[in-house]
Amino acid sequence: MIKGLKKWRLFALMTALTVFLAGCGREEISTLIPAGGVAQDQFNLLILSSVVMLFVIIVVSIIFVLAVTKFRRSKLGEDLIPEQVEGSAKLEFLWTAIPIVLILILAIPTVYSTFDLADVSTMDVQAEEGDGMTNLTVNVTGKLYWWEFEYPEHGIVTAQELVVPTDERVYFNLIAADIKHSFWIPSIGGKLDVNPENVNTFYLYFDQESAELEDGVFYGKCAELCGPSHALMDFKVKSLNSDDFDQWVADMQADEPAPVEGALAEEGQEIFEQSCIACHATSGVGASGQVGPNLATFGDRNRVAGYLEHDEENLKNWIADPQLYKPGNLMPDAESLNDGEPFSEQELDALAAYLMGLTVEE
Amino acid sequence: MSSTAQKKGFGAVIWDYLTTVDHKKIAILYLISGGFFFLVGGVEAMLIRVQLMKAGNDFLSAGTYNEVMTMHGTTMIFLAAMPLLLAFMNAIVPLQIGARDVAFPFLNSLGFWLFLFGGIFLNLSWFMGGAPDAGWTNYASLALASEGHGIDFYALGLTISGFGSLIAGINFLVTIINMRAPGMTYMRMPLFTWTTFVASALILLAFPPLTVGIFFMVFDRMFGANFFDVTMGGNTIIWEHLFWIFGHPEVYILILPAFGIFSEIFAIFSRKRLFGYSALVFATILIGFYGFMVWAHHMFTVGLGPTANAIFALATMAIAVPTGVKIFNWLLTIWGGSVSFQTPMLYAVAFIPSFTAGGVTGVMQAIAPLDYQLHDSYFIVAHFHYVIVGGVVLGLLAGTHLYWPKMFGTMLSESLGKWTFWLFFIGFHLTFFIQHFLGLMGMPRRVYTFVGDQGWDLYNAISSFGAIFMAAGVIILLVNVVITQVKNVRVGNDPWGDGRTLEWALPSPPPYYNFAQTPLVRGLDPYWIEKMEGNKKGMTFAEPLGDFHMPNGSIIPFVMSLGLFVASFGAMYHLDGDKPWALAVLIIGLLITFGSMLVRSLKDDLGYYVTKEELLEDIKRGESDGHQ
Amino acid sequence: MDINKRYTPQTWPDHPETATLEGKNKFVGFWLLLAAETVTFASLFATYLALKDRGPSGMDLTASQLFELPLVFIMTMILLTSSLTSVYAMYHMKNHNFKAMQAWLGVTVLLGATFLGLEIYEFNHYVHLGFGFTHSAFSSAFYILVGTHGAHVLFGLSWFIALMLRNGKRGLNMYNAPKFYLASLYWHFIDVVWVFIFTVVYLMGVIG
Repeated sequence: MIKGLKKWRLFALMTALTVFLAGCGREEISTLIPAGGVAQDQFNLLILSSVVMLFVIIVVSIIFVLAVTKFRRSKLGEDLIPEQVEGSAKLEFLWTAIPIVLILILAIPTVYSTFDLADVSTMDVQAEEGDGMTNLTVNVTGKLYWWEFEYPEHGIVTAQELVVPTDERVYFNLIAADIKHSFWIPSIGGKLDVNPENVNTFYLYFDQESAELEDGVFYGKCAELCGPSHALMDFKVKSLNSDDFDQWVADMQADEPAPVEGALAEEGQEIFEQSCIACHATSGVGASGQVGPNLATFGDRNRVAGYLEHDEENLKNWIADPQLYKPGNLMPDAESLNDGEPFSEQELDALAAYLMGLTVEE
Repeated sequence: MSSTAQKKGFGAVIWDYLTTVDHKKIAILYLISGGFFFLVGGVEAMLIRVQLMKAGNDFLSAGTYNEVMTMHGTTMIFLAAMPLLLAFMNAIVPLQIGARDVAFPFLNSLGFWLFLFGGIFLNLSWFMGGAPDAGWTNYASLALASEGHGIDFYALGLTISGFGSLIAGINFLVTIINMRAPGMTYMRMPLFTWTTFVASALILLAFPPLTVGIFFMVFDRMFGANFFDVTMGGNTIIWEHLFWIFGHPEVYILILPAFGIFSEIFAIFSRKRLFGYSALVFATILIGFYGFMVWAHHMFTVGLGPTANAIFALATMAIAVPTGVKIFNWLLTIWGGSVSFQTPMLYAVAFIPSFTAGGVTGVMQAIAPLDYQLHDSYFIVAHFHYVIVGGVVLGLLAGTHLYWPKMFGTMLSESLGKWTFWLFFIGFHLTFFIQHFLGLMGMPRRVYTFVGDQGWDLYNAISSFGAIFMAAGVIILLVNVVITQVKNVRVGNDPWGDGRTLEWALPSPPPYYNFAQTPLVRGLDPYWIEKMEGNKKGMTFAEPLGDFHMPNGSIIPFVMSLGLFVASFGAMYHLDGDKPWALAVLIIGLLITFGSMLVRSLKDDLGYYVTKEELLEDIKRGESDGHQ
Repeated sequence: MDINKRYTPQTWPDHPETATLEGKNKFVGFWLLLAAETVTFASLFATYLALKDRGPSGMDLTASQLFELPLVFIMTMILLTSSLTSVYAMYHMKNHNFKAMQAWLGVTVLLGATFLGLEIYEFNHYVHLGFGFTHSAFSSAFYILVGTHGAHVLFGLSWFIALMLRNGKRGLNMYNAPKFYLASLYWHFIDVVWVFIFTVVYLMGVIG
């Protein structure tokens, strides 16, 4: 019996410990581990408001516990008729005034921060030599379960993986091509909706190079219900230092087709050019508005279809039956791309080999 | 028409309930149907938690999950919480103000049947090609793209039941304005009546924007209008505004009556008058007023601009002040009282910390820049469940225990009641507390699944585990109801012993005319005043015993609602183009509705009189039963 | 309340619409309903203003090209006059002069029907110009706003006619006096809404 109790205690302790350790989540996605200036501001507001609210909770709890323990009928006797107190103007004033003060404490940083985070006035200012600002703008288009990222100043476009420089403001223009979405990179900063009728603009600031993270990328999410695969409308963010970023832009702009290595990959390229190229571009030079995600950087990516492990097996499964992995997405099924036949194992292998070779980073 | 009719056949009972215009019977109808939809919504909630208990679960498909999630929210708000509150309003408010019925008994019945048929229509979508799947908020771009008839079921079902709510709102407002007993001034009204009054005013002003929004949606989907079609110049943000202009007050429509129930409970079970009654009333009005000025805090991330966001942030924070006033007044009601922890009081006591937790996270979300992180994450899910479950549902469960004797004349078992309470309370915190952290760790809401190893696995498992407790608590409540009604131990006027307001001066359940003589109200808590003065007759009366007028029952409300129900099918399928019978169905349905309206207006319905002799007989029988 | 009780102008109360509890309930309830109607129209107006002149790219039918004031002005005058005649009807109702009340209500109904006829003519005209319901977001918002008002006019007319027919032989009593009163209140409300439509849709449409 006692032994059982001990085990139970140990178990409870272990559970509590695990819960505590898991308390902040993963650095790739948790708002509790901010990796950018915007998220840091918001985290500070979270801490400030939590402290204020904790104060409220403690005050309420003390009165509450005292009230329900001191005035139990079992202690006071069954027949006691308490004094019928009407109220107290002093107390009413007190608990009106104190909350107003608390709210003022919260209101000032709220208003300041609301305007600060919405300030995109410098967006179109030409960067001056030496001020460290490039005022990079990324045009983001949300589409049914994938994201397109256009860099209008550089004339390049990519999909599913946002690449950004660290230590400078990056401006985003958001618009939806179909259904309303919401653009969210939790550890970098709060979200903004991606509306179909208007461009929404805001900025984010990336403090940390994503290469330092365990998974090498920050995780981005769609936060507005947009249909069956809303849950899977993920994207990844690579933040590079400004030299690496410039290099990446140059590589994208160079538009040298990646060398196709091996007979299998060559076969894959042939199939790709027959069946896939109508929707998927393999060159990073271009503008937004492409039918399917741009695949110029496919080999460099972290995930297949935004959320599956980045390996050939998943890639083949995905091509063979996209609806199984992202229900409701707009990629045609294999049969309609391949003259009514599903892709054979050999063809899938070839396509996978080809696609994994599409890279600009090496 | 006489209460002396003793044993009735089953069919007669059914007919009685189909035609009743008695607010107490309509209350029972609301309680049963609202309770049924609560169970349906609860099953949907369990499906959600099963699906999310582990990463990559395939228990529900993506499409099905979205339907379940949408119907859970829609059912719980429109078909469970509102009707259950209307059940208590109907059962208690006319008694609390000393009225013989509501102002419009016929419309009261019509409101109920509209709600019920709307609810049934909405739920039939499960069996007729798929439920709505765009969330209870039904945002326009997604709703317009949704295939099948799910969204049409949502739009038509909510239109019908929305009219029911609007009717109920007007009815209670007029009842409270016009039909208070002599001496019952506004500042002597019990808090539950006050909160009903304010909530009804909110219904009156909040439902029309929803109806307008839904009409736009119907016209867009069915008749080629372009309100939300961006390519044709439409704008989907209009839907968001209309929905939340309704949606935020809706939250107060739910929580204010729950506040009212708790206020009654704190006073009764502390055996003490409400501390700061006038402050509580003023806070109620203020909350209702603010409720209309804060809707855009649901839209901080829409891109309305910093000025709008800042204004709505400040307005939202301001609501915390009157809400805090309420919390402290309740605490001070307990303070210095003689507190008895019977089941209703357990819920009321548990409500304070639960709702405070939900309230403070609300203030956090009012901080617009912080809300950019919290919005549409699981933090929001945690917050509104703390408010809705920790406030409204606890209030409903408390109200069920508190008013059960007044509605049915029997007492729910205390021990089973406490089991329900503890299971539900523990389960509730287990399920939802952890979800705050899921949201902060980056988990968006309304996801049908999640990829493992993002730091969310354990917390989701805990949340799903907690849901089991809540389900167990509700099952025990059902068992409790069955056992209580089978045992059928009758109770007297004031079963809790410390009733303060007029309803406790009446037999449980009260006779169909409520008060044989209209009571005279001599202050706040009139029944308590009479008790303290040792009044043997229970009350002081404002009139001598005499004849009075009562309304006739009618089947017309049922038939009218049925007609709209039928017509909705016709309207929906007519637009498929390949179903020629649909037009006929639409016409038949409308004929039924307008025909019964015609009958109603052509046939004068003047009611009947209850005679003094009958009343005397009732009173004599009551005394011999020992219930007076 | 006794429906068969006969009244004379001398025994008829000053405010027959609120002389009974039922009448009082209806009176308060109806004002509340009008509050809800006000919110409904406010939502429609807000939507109309948001979608005014919005349409597919290249749309050429805008408010300033479409609307012409003379016809709408005549419609406005007709509806305003009908409000006045319904006031006369209520004046006679309060004096227990049933025949005069019926006569003025009849005039009100005729004016209302004329208004409705002109509105149908107007809509028909727009449709012929290609400005149909599905033409654009602007057209949808316009037809729903003005059409909802038109539907209210139609309902008001039917209500007046039904009351006049139903009570034609029985005369005024405490049971139907509140009904007449409320119908005329409703008619005033419709009139007020139209004044806003005239201003917001037509005047502001033509001017800017």
